[in-house]
Parts: sequence; structure tokens; C-alpha cells
Amino acid sequence: MSDKPPVQDFATDFDHTDTAWVKDPYPIWQDLRERCPVAHTDRYGGAWFPATHAGVSTIAKDTEHFTSRAVIMEVGRPGEEALPAPIGVAPPITSDPPFHQIARRLILPAFAPGVINELEPQIREVCRGLLERFGDDEEVNASWDYARLIPPSVIRQMLGFPEEDTERFIEIVHMITESVDNSEEQRLAEFEPIEAYFVQQIEDHQANPRDDLTTFLLNAEIDGQKLSLEHVFGTIVLILVAGIDTTWGAIGASLWHLAHHPEDLARLVNEPDLMPVAVEEFLRYYAPVTMARLVKEDMEYLGCPMKEYDWILLGFPAANRDPVVFKDADQFIIDRAENRHVAFGLGIHRCIGSNLARLELRVAIEEFIARYPRFELAEPSAVTWAPGQIRGPRQLPLRILE
Amino acid sequence: MKVVIDADLCQGQGRCFSIAPSIFGFDDLGNGVVLGDGTLTEETLELARLAQANCPEHAIFIEGDE
Ligand code: HEM
Repeated sequence: MSDKPPVQDFATDFDHTDTAWVKDPYPIWQDLRERCPVAHTDRYGGAWFPATHAGVSTIAKDTEHFTSRAVIMEVGRPGEEALPAPIGVAPPITSDPPFHQIARRLILPAFAPGVINELEPQIREVCRGLLERFGDDEEVNASWDYARLIPPSVIRQMLGFPEEDTERFIEIVHMITESVDNSEEQRLAEFEPIEAYFVQQIEDHQANPRDDLTTFLLNAEIDGQKLSLEHVFGTIVLILVAGIDTTWGAIGASLWHLAHHPEDLARLVNEPDLMPVAVEEFLRYYAPVTMARLVKEDMEYLGCPMKEYDWILLGFPAANRDPVVFKDADQFIIDRAENRHVAFGLGIHRCIGSNLARLELRVAIEEFIARYPRFELAEPSAVTWAPGQIRGPRQLPLRILE
Repeated sequence: MKVVIDADLCQGQGRCFSIAPSIFGFDDLGNGVVLGDGTLTEETLELARLAQANCPEHAIFIEGDE
């Protein structure tokens, strides 16, 4: 975007922030699958993009040749000091084996299905509260004023932060996730009050332990040692960054789909039992998350001359559209019975929040269509998509129909 | 016929126990586990196959099934 030259050929010069990719990446990926299938670019200091399920799967599972120590593709590379390898700055997402498993196991129990399922009534409450605010409006922004606000409210409750802080918490969270384009100095300055707020909450939990995720983290141990405050703080920030825009994107894209596919909307309204299967198809078709890896050493891989520190853009959303694995891959089939989608990744970094994300997505759609059984896009051209590795509609004005 | 989960391949994607809760459960890390000894009847075989066809990690095996 900005002052970068537009992409002429995505096979040799791809850029995931190019306007064409941001708007509609699917034909680009299909074209790459047919003629590459691993695209290259000199942008970002050199990067590769496998467009097939096989390519994505091979690399996601190969922690010997690729490292996770940076997962967001940028022009620079993380300096050696920034990476206390193999831990990384945001464990476990930036950790490699063997430390990865230690950091991951620590938080997995807090996100296991039994624990997460208990949250359903709370999530429903959050969704209803937001819908309530729309009153009699005939036009509503289903992304900005609904989907965007659900994940932070849920996570605030999980962490056990005060209810009266909800608005403030949402503001803080979006400051973290939306400031990526700001300068390092700006970000640091903005981060100060955020840090102060979290430290205050953590201290309050130390003084008054209770049944929530913050207390869980404060009690967690590695080798008999309590976690440092930095570790607890870092994990909270990771959960915010990994759990918020992702789920926002998934909810938003699903409502966008329903707004211009009245037959699918009608089926969901009339056949609520279809929901779990439909959720998996929403996740496959509109998978919001693309991750990155760094190449560990010069090598020939998947037929490509990869160099140390080249990026791999790991397109789980592209893998989900590969016709080799999915029949009629470019068709949204709301009751698709066989659906091995990889929206939550593959291998050891499988999304820790997948049970929570699914629950939020299902409840958010259920509540929205219960309140509004018929709606359409108010103005298709007003819909905007988030650029970068997390995809989803930002503005989604819908017209509520009788 | 018997269904098994390869614990080295399972990453806790969570598809099996939502599709076939009568056959699969989960442990406290959220990984899939087979309930009981995994013996399948004619009725449960189809369901087990459906779970298998939805496992992104290809971690479910049905012994003796083609
Ligand atoms: C629809 C919503 C979501 C999608 C599509 C999604 C997708 C992903 C993907 C693809 C990965 C793998 C990253 C990699 O291989 O490098 C991942 C990892 C992760 N996600 Fe999610 N995510 C979602 C929601 C959430 C939520 C709600 C949370 C927590 C509250 C969360 C927490 C995490 C964490 C902690 C990891 C790191 C796991 C590890 O490295 O072992 N995610 N997510």
C-alpha cells in the first residue's frame, strides 16, 4: 500500500499488503497454485509463500528447518538479542522446541474444552448486551460495533479484570493490536499506561487470588518455580494479541457472508442444529490468520533456493482453498461434512484458543441471527478489510430487514 | 474394528470429540482420547470415519478399515 509499488506478478513479487490481495486474495492464490506453487518476493528482505495445502503443512510441521521466533512478517529481522532463543518474546507462539512445549503446556489447561464450555452463558450475555445497544436502528455496523467488541469483553472476564473497566480495557487492547503502523517510539509511549494498568491488575490478583486466568498464571510453575511477573504479563499480552483481532475477523467475515447469501442465512435461522458444521465452514472459507516463519539456514526446499532469514508466509487461509484437499474448494458449502480445515494452524503451534474462538463464533452468530433473522449489506462498497496477516472486515454496515 | 488416536500426531484440534462425543473425549490439555477400548459397532463405525475425515492432523486410525 502507501508508497510501495503495486504488485505486477504475485509469483515473483508478492506482497500481502497489496490492495488486490487485501481486497480479494483467493483468485491470486488459485493462480499461484496453478503455476508456481511457491511464490517468492524480494520485498521484506526476501520471502516465500507456499500456496498449496501440502506446502503449508510441510513447513508448519518442520521445526528443524524453520523457526517461529518471529511470526509477523516485516522489513527488518528480529535481532539476535531480541531472541532469547529458543524462548522468544511471546511464549509459546515465538518459541521453538524444546521450550515451546513447556510454555504451551502451562496454559493449555486454562483453554481446555471443559473449562471453556463453561463460558457460554457469559459470552451470550456479552452478545446480547451489544445487540441491545442497537435499539431500533435500521442500519448497524456488525463489525465495528458488534464483532470487534465481543472478544475483548470475553477475555476481560476470563482474566478477572473489573467489569467497570470493560470500555477502558477494549480501548487498551485495540491500542496494542492497532498500533503496528506507528513508530517504535510512539508505541513505547502508548504502552506505558497499558503496562501500568496490567501491573495494577496483576498486583490486585496477588493480593486477592480468585478463580480466573490471571490467578491461574500467578500460581503456575515451571520446574517448581513460580513464573516471573514479566512472564505472566507477557502471556496476558500474547492472549490479547492472539485472541482478539483473530476472532473479530472470523465473526465479521461470517456475518458478511450471511449478509449477501440469504439462502445460507435462512438455513441457519431454520436449522439451528447446523451451527457447529457451519462454523467449521466459516473457519475454512474465511480463515483469518496467516502466520510467518524464518528459514534457519540456506537450503533447497520444496524446489526453492531458500536463504537463511528468508521469511515464509504461512498461509493457512490459502491451504483451506486447495482443491487437492477440499472438494469444490472455492464454494462455501454450509453443511460440508468432511472438512479438514487448518484455520487454527497445524502441528505443535495449533491455536491454544481454538475452543474459545469456536464458542465465541458460534454464540455471536446465533445471537445475531436470533435478533436479526434477515439482513443485507447496506452498501457493499463501504465494507473494508483489515490489511496484513489477520483478515476480516472492519466496517460492515448492514441493513436490517423486516 | 477399533479406533485409536495417535497421541504423537494429535494436537488437540478438537474436531473428533465435537463430532463424535460418544466415541471420543479429551484430556486436561484438550487433546483427544478414545473413550473405552475403542471397539466400534456397525453404527459407530460411520461416525468414527466422519471424525477421521475431519481430523486436520490425520491422527485418527481405524484398525482393519480400508
Ligand atoms: C478464529 C479465531 C482464531 C484463529 C483463526 C486463530 C488462529 C491461530 C493460528 C493459525 C495459530 C498458529 C500460529 C502458528 O502456527 O504460528 C494460533 C496460535 C495461537 N493462538 Fe489462535 N486463533 C484464533 C483465536 C485465538 C484465541 C481466542 C486465543 C486466546 C484467547 C488464541 C490464542 C493463541 C495462542 C496462545 C497461540 C500460540 C500457540 C502456540 O504457539 O503453541 N487464538 N492461532
